[in-house]
Amino acid sequence: MMRTALRPLVILSGLLVFWQVAVWLGDIPPFMLPGPTAVLSVLLTRYEILAEHTLVTVGEILLGLLFGTGLGATSALVMAYFRPARAWLMPVLVVSQAIPVFALAPVLVLWFGYGLAPKVMMATLIIYFPVTAAFHDGLRRTDPGWLDLARTMDASRWSILARVRLPAALPAFASGMRVAAAVAPIGAIVGEWVGASAGLGYYMLLMNGRVDTAAMFAALFILALVAVAIYFAVDVLLRLALPWQPDSDPATKLG
Amino acid sequence: MPTQVTTAAKSELSAATDAAGLHVRVAHFAFEGQALFTDLELAAVPGGWTCLLGPSGVGKTTLLRMIAGLVPGAVCEAGGSSPGGRLSYMAQQDLLLPWLSALDNVMLGSRLRGEPAQRDKARDLLRQVGVAEHAGRRPAQLSGGQRQRVALARTLMENKPVVLMDEPFSAVDAVNRQRLQGLAAKLLHGRTVLLITHDPLEALLLGDKILVMSGRPAVLDEVPVPGTARPRLASDPALVRLQEALMRRLSAALDEVDA
Repeated sequence: MMRTALRPLVILSGLLVFWQVAVWLGDIPPFMLPGPTAVLSVLLTRYEILAEHTLVTVGEILLGLLFGTGLGATSALVMAYFRPARAWLMPVLVVSQAIPVFALAPVLVLWFGYGLAPKVMMATLIIYFPVTAAFHDGLRRTDPGWLDLARTMDASRWSILARVRLPAALPAFASGMRVAAAVAPIGAIVGEWVGASAGLGYYMLLMNGRVDTAAMFAALFILALVAVAIYFAVDVLLRLALPWQPDSDPATKLG
Repeated sequence: MPTQVTTAAKSELSAATDAAGLHVRVAHFAFEGQALFTDLELAAVPGGWTCLLGPSGVGKTTLLRMIAGLVPGAVCEAGGSSPGGRLSYMAQQDLLLPWLSALDNVMLGSRLRGEPAQRDKARDLLRQVGVAEHAGRRPAQLSGGQRQRVALARTLMENKPVVLMDEPFSAVDAVNRQRLQGLAAKLLHGRTVLLITHDPLEALLLGDKILVMSGRPAVLDEVPVPGTARPRLASDPALVRLQEALMRRLSAALDEVDA
């Protein structure tokens, strides 16, 4: 138990030491690669302004997750219940993924300004596909035996969808959610790069213009921390919500 | 042609005591261009057990699914009316929903139909099948035998006069199978049961009527059953005599499929 908790810490401190030593010995100018101590000092001295920008970015990511998941889940359910809807929605789904979000970013900023909306939209767009695809797949793969049983019990189509197919598809939905949580920050950051007045992506671009590389690294460090935290929070919540989900880890299963 | 009892069940609750017959007719049914059934007729014993034996792939499960209304093509009558809503179905797999407790799985039918839950009745049925203490557990926490008992309780909860069973005891070990057979014979008493099995002994232990399905298109042959009362003992001399003949009949049916 101690070992599994220590291992990442050991790896991290090893990397930090290597980084600092490389900066010292290699005589790398600080505007190219600042040492970890320089980054740490930025984190400590400018934590207030960093926290402000972090809050903006986290808000964008969470709102994007909320809308993207809601939209994706709704689309999947509509496609599962109404056959014709699948033929109509599938091309939209594929196109939404075929056009790179990066290419849409300038247009969205042009239309919706420098505020929250275009970033949330970017995150929503990037999340929409994995959630819809995973959930829809799960809804289509219900155990045929369960469907037979439900039909012999005189269940309506709606009842079968709501009480059998939907819960059965939740583990697949959870997989989609995990992917969504991992890619959501991309949408928010791209949106901030193209046009923003706040957020970690905006701050990184600003510091890049001022050749304050240590501050860029500080923002990057926080962004990584936020992304990992959001992923694990989503993962833990999904595990708590689906305690019956079969776990592939043999250690947690009784023989 | 149909010679079944005409005493239609008066209500859902009294259905179990009013023996409902089950008469099935399939004019023609083809699968992948091959005629599976042509002018096939099956009459189940009202209020008793009819066992259907035959080689794999002959169409036993397809026929059962047709009777259950899952595959179109069969004309069925149960107690003088169509069997829609008058039969329950039990498969080889327990088909318990993994996110529901054993108790909620037993009440699945009313849950799906949006009817009020009859918790006390469900608990009582779980007690009758011997898994009362596991009512709150999820299927993953139960053994294979316990899961199939919960599935039996779910079938009984539906309280339908006709029960269709597709090898419901084949996935459990020998001891559990014997116990489940006894339990099912006791608890399904008075209902019209159509049981698919691949086990000739099971058919001889439980059947009031044994049908062997063979050939393509398939035909049904009735084979003799022991005259003794059900459920019989495996050591019943009448049963032992008939088992050998039944084995030969099944072996011949298997050769027909292979040919």
